[in-house]
Amino acid sequence: MLRTLVAVIRRDLLLAARQRADIANTLLFFVAVVTVIPLGVGSDPQLLRAIAPGVVWIAALLAAILSLHRLFAADFADGTLEQTLLSGEPLAVLVLGKAAAHWLVTGLPVTLISALLAVMFDLGRAAAAALAVSLLLGTPTLSLLGAVGAALTLSLRSGSVLIALLVLPLYVPVLILGAGAVEAHMAGLHSAPYLLLLAALTVLAAVLTPLAVSAALRISAE
Amino acid sequence: MRDSVRSWLDAMGALLLEAVALECTRRERVIFSRLALRAEPGTLVQVVGPNGSGKTSLLRLLCGLSLPSHGEVRWCGQNIRTMKEDYWRQLAYVGHLDGVKDDLTAFENLRLSAAIAGRRASAAEARAALLAIGLDGCTDSFARHLSQGQRRRLALARVILSRQTPLWLLDEPFSALDAGGVAVLRTCIAEHLAAGCIVVMTAHAELPVTARRTTTVTLGGPEAEAA
Repeated sequence: MLRTLVAVIRRDLLLAARQRADIANTLLFFVAVVTVIPLGVGSDPQLLRAIAPGVVWIAALLAAILSLHRLFAADFADGTLEQTLLSGEPLAVLVLGKAAAHWLVTGLPVTLISALLAVMFDLGRAAAAALAVSLLLGTPTLSLLGAVGAALTLSLRSGSVLIALLVLPLYVPVLILGAGAVEAHMAGLHSAPYLLLLAALTVLAAVLTPLAVSAALRISAE
Repeated sequence: MRDSVRSWLDAMGALLLEAVALECTRRERVIFSRLALRAEPGTLVQVVGPNGSGKTSLLRLLCGLSLPSHGEVRWCGQNIRTMKEDYWRQLAYVGHLDGVKDDLTAFENLRLSAAIAGRRASAAEARAALLAIGLDGCTDSFARHLSQGQRRRLALARVILSRQTPLWLLDEPFSALDAGGVAVLRTCIAEHLAAGCIVVMTAHAELPVTARRTTTVTLGGPEAEAA
């Protein structure tokens, strides 16, 4: 079972490494959204510090949504999804592998880049670290919940818009906890409760969403 | 490898693929109904019929990718809906999509698809399968550089690599293949059947694949029937 999980992750990472433009687009989009907002709201350091957690987190959500359609669409089109559905290993494990690979090429780089972007918002070192940790714990949930949306809209023509509409409400708790953790830290409060809840959400999503995605994929592929 | 199939057969008792009162509905339209099928070890099931008569639909029902609106498919007496992975572990399916990733090499495609299917395939076995299907010159070529016929061969290499699986479901396996490819595949199917396995395939015209037992399912009549 573990071998299969590793094989899925390896395949998707290999494919991602060979289609680098796709990843670069997502990350550039993330950077662009975060960069544009200070241009719109002005350069008052006080204001920038206050909105930084929310802005970075919203950009991370949008970047995740932008990359979701890639998750199953190519597999569906070239027939590898059929083969995956007929695997002798549990489908939920394979789905978990796909979500993990998706996180490794979107959530993880977003987390790393956020440390740089924090400088733009004049966040202190500690606040920047809190932001990065909140993203590290929260972005896996974005990939996992997003996989549900991607699987449900797989066979629909206007799927990519629908994914956003389906998934965005589900992302709300992650957004509130993620941005909340950084704001709490900046207000001199403990950010640990927020971070622990984020981690709990990720664990919950890792256990439950693969089952939902498996069911959705079987329906979509029929 | 042939021995492992045999020992597996001994352990399982007789293989048996059955379809009972199968009905397939697409968008409220009944494509076929009351279809019965029974395939014992060593049987080649040929599904024939004109375009749109439901050949691919039947294969998808048989492998469990889609669900029948009525009736059931049984493997060794058990409904495949309850067997799931236990059934899928025992079959290899080639659909009309090749299931080949453009940005992986032929070798990577084969190794990784075997691993994802949950089968053990060593590098040597993968190379042997590519050699058998005549792709040994393209082992490290990206699949996007392969021709349509070569991609088809790559999909079939996956089946050759899964010789231990006792059930092969092949959808138009000979399409896009040249004479050499057809001959290779015919030999593989014949060997698989001789080992006591079951092969179900669709074809526009009946192709002379030698088999001890052949069942032909003709679709597209007023009522589908198994002969």
